[in-house]
This record gives sequence, structure tokens and C-alpha cells, in this order.
Amino acid sequence: MGVEGIGARVARKEDKRFLTGKGRYTDDMSVPGMKYAVFVRSPHAHAKILKVDASAAKGMPGVIDVLDGKQLLADGIGNLICGWMIHSKDGTPMKMGAWRPLAHETVRYVGDAVAIVVADSVAEARDAAEAVVVDYQELPVVTDATKALEPGQPQLHPEAANNLIFDWELGDAAATDKAIAEAAHVTEIEIHNNRLSPNPMEPRATLGIYDNGDDHYTCYTTSQNPHVARLVMSAFYNVAPENKLRVIAPDVGGGFGSKIYIYPEEIVCLWASKRTGVPVKWTSDRTEAFLTDAHGRDHVSKVKMAFDANNRIIGLKVDTIANLGAYMSLFSSAVPTYLYATLLSGQYDIPAIHANVRTVYTNTAPVDAYRGAGRPEATYLLERTMETAARELGVSPAELRRVNFIRSFPHQTPVIMNYDAGDYEASLDAAMKAADWNGFAARKADAESRGMKRGIGMSCYIEACGIAPSAAVGSLGAGVGLWESAEVRVNAVGTIEVLTGSHSHGQGHETTFAQLVADRFGVPLDSVNIVHGDTDKVQMGMGTYGSRSGAVGMSAVVKALDKVEAKAKKIAAHLMEADESDIVIENGELKVAGTDKAVPWFQMALAAYTAHNLPAGMEPGLKEGAFYDPANFTFPAGCYICEVEVDPETGQTKIIQFVAADDFGNIINPMIVEGQVHGGLAQGIGQALLEGVHYDASGQLLTASYMDYAMPRADDLPSFQVSTSNTPCPNNPLGIKGCGEAGAIGSPPALINAITDAIGNNALTMPATPQKVWAAAQAAN
Amino acid sequence: MYETQYHRASSVQDAVKQMEAAGEGKYVAGGMTLIPTMKQRLAAPSDLIDLRHIGEMQGITVSGRSVRIGAATTHHDVASSAALKAVCPALCSLAGHIGDPHVRHMGTIGGSIANNDPAADYPAAMLALGATIVTNRREIAADDFFTGLFETALEGSEIVTAITFDAPAQAAYQKFANPASRYAMAGVFVARRDDGDVRVAVTGAGANGVFRHGDMEAALVANWSPDALSNVSIDASELLSDIHADAAYRANLVKVMAKRAVAAA
Amino acid sequence: MAKVTMTVNGRQVSGHCDDRTLLVQFIRENLGLTGTHVGCDTSQCGACVIHMDGKSVKSCSILAAQADGSTITTIEGLAADGELHPVQAAFKANHGLQCGFCTPGMVMTAVDMIRRHQGQLDEATVRAELEGNICRCTGYHNIVKAILAAAAEMSGARVAAE
Repeated sequence: MGVEGIGARVARKEDKRFLTGKGRYTDDMSVPGMKYAVFVRSPHAHAKILKVDASAAKGMPGVIDVLDGKQLLADGIGNLICGWMIHSKDGTPMKMGAWRPLAHETVRYVGDAVAIVVADSVAEARDAAEAVVVDYQELPVVTDATKALEPGQPQLHPEAANNLIFDWELGDAAATDKAIAEAAHVTEIEIHNNRLSPNPMEPRATLGIYDNGDDHYTCYTTSQNPHVARLVMSAFYNVAPENKLRVIAPDVGGGFGSKIYIYPEEIVCLWASKRTGVPVKWTSDRTEAFLTDAHGRDHVSKVKMAFDANNRIIGLKVDTIANLGAYMSLFSSAVPTYLYATLLSGQYDIPAIHANVRTVYTNTAPVDAYRGAGRPEATYLLERTMETAARELGVSPAELRRVNFIRSFPHQTPVIMNYDAGDYEASLDAAMKAADWNGFAARKADAESRGMKRGIGMSCYIEACGIAPSAAVGSLGAGVGLWESAEVRVNAVGTIEVLTGSHSHGQGHETTFAQLVADRFGVPLDSVNIVHGDTDKVQMGMGTYGSRSGAVGMSAVVKALDKVEAKAKKIAAHLMEADESDIVIENGELKVAGTDKAVPWFQMALAAYTAHNLPAGMEPGLKEGAFYDPANFTFPAGCYICEVEVDPETGQTKIIQFVAADDFGNIINPMIVEGQVHGGLAQGIGQALLEGVHYDASGQLLTASYMDYAMPRADDLPSFQVSTSNTPCPNNPLGIKGCGEAGAIGSPPALINAITDAIGNNALTMPATPQKVWAAAQAAN
Repeated sequence: MYETQYHRASSVQDAVKQMEAAGEGKYVAGGMTLIPTMKQRLAAPSDLIDLRHIGEMQGITVSGRSVRIGAATTHHDVASSAALKAVCPALCSLAGHIGDPHVRHMGTIGGSIANNDPAADYPAAMLALGATIVTNRREIAADDFFTGLFETALEGSEIVTAITFDAPAQAAYQKFANPASRYAMAGVFVARRDDGDVRVAVTGAGANGVFRHGDMEAALVANWSPDALSNVSIDASELLSDIHADAAYRANLVKVMAKRAVAAA
Repeated sequence: MAKVTMTVNGRQVSGHCDDRTLLVQFIRENLGLTGTHVGCDTSQCGACVIHMDGKSVKSCSILAAQADGSTITTIEGLAADGELHPVQAAFKANHGLQCGFCTPGMVMTAVDMIRRHQGQLDEATVRAELEGNICRCTGYHNIVKAILAAAAEMSGARVAAE
């Protein structure tokens, strides 16, 4: 490893612009003639739209136009779609109800967009939006998914009887039932996974620009995957053909899943730009973000875990109801199925698993992938169940896990996944040592002397990252392939541009992707630029989510680098009259091995472009592209341990220490990997301790601002102890697994296991607010 | 935010004149509550009269145990006043835990008490300290000033110009913060005078805003110790319930915070 | 319409705006200084923190007209002569930022915090002082580390200068 190569703790290239206020986010974009949009949104969770009267609004100061859903329909703009087909166990396809970018008949959640106002300023647009008179006929409302399945409840979409979208299963029901029947012990538990709001600090925004000279559209947007946005807007929403639509996702201020999807606002602003003849910018405020950004989680599950007399798990049965909200968002169907039930084997050798998942419409915001997406739900379910089982069986939580760990690889689980590599005991040992697990009893006694209740809890998680082999996901219903593309352009002076379909919105790709190049060619990091986020520059890409940028995006870069290296060696061999197999690349030079002959990197590049002296038949230039389609998922895993003190008088939980021991495979930049873990842990701790979306019975969102939605703040969290012990992934060229979601996946059960250990009451749901913990502690006394 | 007209007042007299000329005017000092409320379009004053630059409303004077704080004094300046800390550190500590550092640089004591948010900290201090609210027209005892949720005894164009109190022998404030907003979910200010008089004021918990708790005061007059509160019952029926804390839990918090305040005083 | 004059990053600027214009809008839209961000509506996230007359404030909760006559420093005015301010440098060295959106507010907060505490900071104080700034990416771990490192360096530098 060089000082700037693979494995080096390099400070980030992109930091200077962010630290000096020169980041360029979508809301920072300004073009001549630009006007501002405000959306008229439904105040009701369920209602028929009888009439939209914009006549007064249109006459207000600064107003350019007000456009509604009927006009959008008339112009042929299509429905929003869910891009992953799931079939129910009876073979019928999922029941996808129509989602209009602007509702014109029915609104189905508070915040559903009804009209767009375009005006000279945001304030004037908002003034006018208040003057748009929408005549609603209110309909009955259901927000709870379990209740929505009952007969007689309000029906959201005519396609979905009893609001059931699909009733899907995975695994062997008969074998699992048999294992439960024959078990020495069965642990039963009901698990609630609380609904969350992703809350990237940059609210969503979009700027739609229609150029009537070229009949061309430009869309600046806060997206994790601008190419997918272009594809979907072109192929399904009829905004414009792909060659007439450029999508740019400039600096993006965090995503966490919520900026994967193509929302109504991008579509409507592009359309409105054509209708009004002016560029149209919309920026969400935080309340709109709470109302309309896709939420995450919201599962209720019944679990049975069967053990034999030796405490080995012999079967796992899971029955889950997943709330998908009012409409099916882009990947909503995949999250509680193939990103969830396929991970229910965890780190354990379980011979029989059966999962049944019912997804349900309710009068709430759409639910889709949020950091971890399905895997946190699986991990929380498993690790809470394991902890509960350990308590019931009277064995230590570590021992119960050790007895059941998978120890040889590859390992085929009963739920599709084939684990390629791992060492779960190594992570468990590392975490227990770092947490001084054995010294806990003394610390607990000390806490008791101070009137505090101390608890410790662990969680052993596994996740599937690097989504995903295209043919495999295609066979499971995905509407797209999940490869990634890269292009490496060596300029005539030897500097290098790498174009990638991955998108950085905090992950540091401009640094880590450049490290791959510096490592390969020994060129300075400063001579490498990473280009991403613009469909006019990068040919095609699938974007960043599911911890795939390293395992998939970087692998594509490696493939392109292989091609560049091969051609560069040919050129150098020709220049030095050597055999190309003797050429080595070191410290920015192409050398003939074993001699003092060398050509500097830039000279080789110049030769490629002057083309005065190239091998016979070689094309000039040095630019190579590659597509990489992964052979398998990758399987990061690890062990997290949390130690807490609960104040029994107030129910306040203080995290004393949080230890994370992860296996991410090979690591490109440990500093950035640690940062990813820290952030994931904070979000997982937020889920466990603070965060929860609440709707009241009428479908009003009670947590629509930071006054009521508790975001983790600095003083809610400790400094974290993170470490890695890595088994390289055998299925990609860099041996990397991915690290972006682990923290959010592994941490919630560790925290809840610790709190329930402290208070001596296992009945506790997330978020473990002071009130809930206090009540549970009271009940335990 | 709806349209509004901004005016900067140069003196209390000037401010009153401008308010009387305005349609639906409002005074603004730090604006840390009012401006966010206007942004959410929950308040729509036709005119805003800015009090932040009025010199006579600034500053803290301590003479002996007698304290006067100008209404436009920021939380930051209250928190960091050495003179105040010498006689009433509890009030400095309270001010140092309002909102966040940026809010404390702008928000003022006068603005806080004139707004009388049921979860604000200062109203509890004013009640427990037996403070006097000084306006451009009169002096109002804190007991008479806070009249309900966001309601005070202030009339029309009346301006809080200062608050005064005599520093107690012992005092402390303890709050349990809402995990989201960080406003008090229950905050208790206790103050004890040399003559044995005790005042206990509770904020963040009352369904009708800040209130004094007579039973706790009586118990503490009899025995100034946390244990004295153990058998005092807190009536949950008069407390707030919301998604963060129901009334029973708030009742518990009130007692715990009161005990801790006594211990800390 | 209000006429607003202020000194921003050492330069006197004037502009006309609606009375209801927030200071952050004036800075972003009238002055084109887009480093100051807006992340919430309720004065809690701190992405908009700037310095007004030497103190950290939330520019989303102040009208431009209220700031008339004041001296403002934004994130763009912090680095002198192209050199990162020690706090900016410490954020970079300690990976105290990821997506960068909360970063300007965090940095302006940190500069103010170090000034008020004269560089004498410990972890618990830094965490408490960050109450008005929300970050969703870093889990605060490296932000806290960066602020402590900057405080140590700046107080060390001051000691050396004295």
C-alpha cells in the first residue's frame, strides 16, 4: 500500500469545498429566469377530490401559473411505479394501485400532492398555494397495517382487497412446523420494528429546466441514482425520451435510501417548466420531508424459534406484516421480501426457516428502503429472539450464539443466500474483549451502589450487500439489472478521470475511488478526478444504495483499470522496445523489469494521444470502460455490544459504551469506513432510543418536525469503539464487502438487549423512550 | 411567513408609539420563538417592532441581593453574568440550558416570559423567585403575570422592560428535557428564603402552563430535604399528556426533578 | 421592502428585500453565498449557523431586516488567504464531515464554542454545546474529535504566541 493507495487513511479530496461553503447542492443552483414552486398538499389522510379551484391563486402577486392533476393526466404523464414484481404465494402478482404525481381523484395520505404553484418567490408561491381551494370529501382512514387487513376497514385502492398488496412466503413451512413440534424449547416473541423518517440533512430539492429550442429537459435533483431517475422518468412517466433528458445529481446532502426514489416533485417540476416556459425550482422544507420522504421499517412480526436439547436452533418461523403506506414506492416490495426474509438465517446454522410476509396499504406516507432496508428488520427480529431465548434457556447470550454459528463456507441457508466467507466467532471475541464483557458484573454492582441499573447486550448481525447479480435479481422480480459501470480516461498529460455510475452523497467516493487509481499506477491522488452524478457525462449507472458502491462500483473501476493497464503496458513496451510481459508499473513509471529502462506515466499517455509511435494497428488514445455484474451478494457481518445505565427514577438511558467489531473484507480507506460505521451506529441507536414516526387515528402526522421527531444529537451518543477483523470477499476483485449500512443494522438489538437486561423486563418496544423504559422498569419491580 | 412590516425601535417610548400605530403588531426581541412561529404561518403580525436595540432594556444590575435584569438581556448574558452567579447561580444555570448556544445568543428573558410557552424555563424561575415583572406601565408580581398557556397579564402595547427579584438563600432548577424538542417535559425551580419561605414552580408539565405546587412548598417549609417530597402527591389530572410523556409519567418527573433540585440547591 | 446594509465577510453590502426575508435567504439568494444551509423549519438543525457581531446565531430565525447594520461572518469568510481555518483543517484531518450539508453550521458553531471556552473543552462539553446542530452522517464521533483537536491546537497556538 502506498501512502495514497488501497488501505491508506487518506484525508478526503472533496472536503475543502464542503468546509469552505463551496459545495454545490441542488438548492444552490440558480439559472436565469428561474421561478419557485410550492405544492398544494392534502391536509386529509383520505379523501375524494371534488374540485380544484385555482382561480383566486392565479391572480395573486408573482404567480406564474397553478397546475393540477387533471392537466398532468391530460399531458400523458404516467403513474409512479414500483420496480420490483413480487408474486403472492398463490401465484398472483402484487396489487399495485395507481400513484399519480398530482392526485386528481383521491388523496391517500396527508401530504399527497394535488397541485403545483409556480411564482416569482417561494413566499409568493406559498401565499398562492394557500389560496388554491380544494373541495375534499373526506373518507374513513386506516393507518395501522394489522388493522387495515381486517374486514370492513377503509379500502385504499380498488386493486387491493382488504388492502393486501401481496401475501408472500419463503422457505419450507412443513419442515419448519415439524421442527417446532419436535423442539425441546420454543421461544415465542412479537417484534415491532418502528417506522422511521430517514432525515438526510439536505431536504429534497429539484430544478426542472425545459429548453424549447432543443425540446430538451434538464433535471437537477437530490438523487442517489440519477441514471435510474432518467430511465424511470423516460420509460414510465413519459416526461421525455432519454436522449432529451439530462439528470444531474450534484452534491447531495445525505440520502440513506430516501433519495433513491423518483418522487412526484421531479416529474411535476419538469412538466411545469414546459407548461410555464420557465425553469422551476422546488425545495422541500423539513415538514414536507417528514410528510413525503419515503419512510422506513414499520413491521410487526410473530416469531417462533425452536431449539433442540443442546440449544441448537432447529427451526425459525416468522409471520410479518409490513406497512407500505399509501402507495408502492420504487423498491418498496423488495425491502420486506428479498432484502429481509433472505437474511433470517443470520449468522446461524438453521436447518429450517419459513417466513410469511403480508404487505399492506395504509393512509400513511409510502415506505421504502431506509439505511439497511430489510436487513435491520431481520437482524432486530433475530437478535431480540436470540437474547430472549438465552434468558429463557438460562445460557449466556454469547454461548447461545457460539453454539449456533455457521463455521464453514460457503454456506447455503434455507432462505436463498449462499454465504461466501466469514468468521463470526472472531468478531464476537473481538467485541467481547473490547467491551470487557467479563468485567461487567463489577460495573453493574458499582452502578447499583449509585442507584443506577446497568445492562449489557449484544447483537451478531449479517447483511447482504453489493446488490446484486443482475440475472439473479431479475429472476426474483427486479425490473432492472444491478451491475455498475465505470470509465477510466487517461488524459494526454497523464492525469486521469474516472467516470462512475455510483453516486457519492457523503461516502467519499472522490477519495476512495481515486485511491484505486493511485494504487494501481502510482500516480498522485491529486491527478485523479472522479466524475459522477450527471447522465450527460457518465454513460449509465445504477447508483448508490445497499452498500454497493465498493463491492460493485469499485469492481467496475478495477475492470476498466485492467484494460487501461494492459494498453498502457503495450504502449510502454513499444516505446522501450521491450516485451509487454516485462513491463511493471511503479511510482508513476512504466518500467522494464530488471532493467533501468522506464517511461514516465505521462509520457506514455502523451504517446497514446500523439499517436506518432504506437504499436501497429493500435487505436490512438487511452480510455476504457467496463461494466461489472457481481457474482453474488457480499456478506458483511459483525458483533456489536452495548452497555447502558438506566436511571430508574426517570427511565433515562445513558449509553456507557458501544463496541462494534465488523468484518467488511478488505478496506480501501479505514478512516472513511470508520466514519460509515459511526454514522450507521448513530442511526441505529436513534431507531432504538429516540426515533419514531407517529400518526394519529385520523392520519395526521404527529411527528412532522424536529420538535416531535427525536433526532440523535451529540449528547445522546457516546464515542464509539470500532474495529474490524476481516475475511476478504472471494467474489469480487478487491475482496471488499461494504460497510455503509452495518452500523444501522447491527445496533438496535444490542441496545434494546442492554436496556431490557438493565431493567429486568424483556417487554420493551422501540424507540425505548424514557417514558417507556420507566414504565417497563416499574412493571419489573 | 406572511407579509409583515419591520420597525426598529430606539426607545421604549418609541416602541410603544409604533405598536399603537400598527394594525396587528407584535414586539420582537430575540425572535427565537416568534420568527419560527411566523415561518410556520402560525402567527401573522402586520408589524414587527424590534426591541433588541433599546439600550435601557439591556443589562444586569446586582446590588446586595437585589437583582434587576433588563428584558432585552440575552440568555447568554444571563448565563455568563458573574455578578448574578454570585447571588443566584441557579438562574445562570437555567439560562445556560435554554435552547442551544445560538438561541441563547439571541433569545431574551423578556421575550421568554412575555411569550409564556408552557415548556419554557424562565417562567418557573420567575414564580419560584417571587420576581416582579416590570413593564412600561406598572410592576406585576410573577404570581399575577402568568395567566395560562401563552397568556400573560400584559395588555395591548405594554412592554416588559425588566424583571427584578431578591436573590433567595438557596435555589436550583432541574429539568427533564423532551428528547425531541429539548424543551422541558418537566422542569422544577425551587427557592428557599432565609426566613424559611419556600417556593416551588413547575414548568413543562402543567396543562395550563407554569404553576406553583403548594403541597411541595409546604413539605419543604417543614423539612428542606429531598425526602420531604417523597409523600407529596402530584395530581396527574392537571398535567399534560402527549406522545412523549403521559400525565402519570410527567407527575413522576415533577417529583423527581423537585427532589433533585432540592438536593442541588 | 426593507433596505438592508451589513458587513459580510469583511465587505459592506446593501440590498433590498421583503421585510419577511430571512437572513439566511438574504445571504443565499441576494448575496449568492450558498454555503449557509437550511435543514429544518423549527430552528433546531443548525445548518444555518453564522456569526453575527461575533456570536453564533441561527440565520434561519432572524429577519434580514433585524440584522441591518450588523457584521456577519459566513462559512465563506472563515478561511483567510486560501488557508483553511484551524477548525476547518481539523474537520478535514479527523473526517468530521461526510455529506457536507451540516458542515458549515458545525464549523461556525465550533469556532464560536472554542472562542467562548477559550479552547478549554472536554468531550462532554463539546457534546452539550452541539445541542443546536444536527448531523445525520457522522454520528458526531469525528466532529467531537475534530473540535477537541482544533481547540487544543488553537489554545496551544495562543499559549505559544503569548
